[in-house]
Amino acid sequence: MIRVQQEDFDVAEELRQMRAANPAIGALVSFVGLVRDLNEGNAISCMMLEHYPGMTEKSLLQIVVAAQQRWPLLAVRVVHRIGPLVPCDQIVLVAVACAHRGDAFAACEFIMDYLKTKAPFWKKEQTPAGSHWVDARETDGRAAARWEN
Amino acid sequence: MKCQILYFARMREVFATPAEEVALPDSVRTIADLLNWLRARGEPWCSELAAGKTFRVALNQEMASLDQILTDAAEVAIFPPVTGG
Repeated sequence: MIRVQQEDFDVAEELRQMRAANPAIGALVSFVGLVRDLNEGNAISCMMLEHYPGMTEKSLLQIVVAAQQRWPLLAVRVVHRIGPLVPCDQIVLVAVACAHRGDAFAACEFIMDYLKTKAPFWKKEQTPAGSHWVDARETDGRAAARWEN
Repeated sequence: MKCQILYFARMREVFATPAEEVALPDSVRTIADLLNWLRARGEPWCSELAAGKTFRVALNQEMASLDQILTDAAEVAIFPPVTGG
């Protein structure tokens, strides 16, 4: 259900496994995060993703459990890559299966919003001017906070 | 009391180590005490862990607040706000 890995993932295969032999699933929503070639005006040649082994998996599981308590989820998958990545690479997959689309859309966004603010991953970008750690965005904090109401 | 401190991302680079094992005096009881104990080492700890700086602390792999009590053989991690996804 939750994986942290260096290798790429195949979205179609992940979704196929999720919906396999479960006719109760009526909606399958997925989000894929990608490496862009530009962030806040900096041209990105490469990105290094670091994480906190152990806490990362625990934290992702807590987020998924929180989503399961809120919506009737029939299947969930979270795959996050670590290590060196280049523009156009896939970084993260969050996929949620439910009976109906409203729950699936909401749960997928909820998991992604909390992943961005709670799961211990850090990005370091390489640009022509050198490398730097990406700063946390306040908009991500606000996106996660709206679920607390 | 012994505890392991892990550093990630910018902290790991600034402190030039991913982890260290420390033996703490009895006066160090909470996360806040531990931070003060680290700041007392001087640079770069006192600047990087200064009160105005933004960083996070986890205790045994759960996000922790400053008043949480350290346990023997605790795993403490200090890192910048997260930026995954």
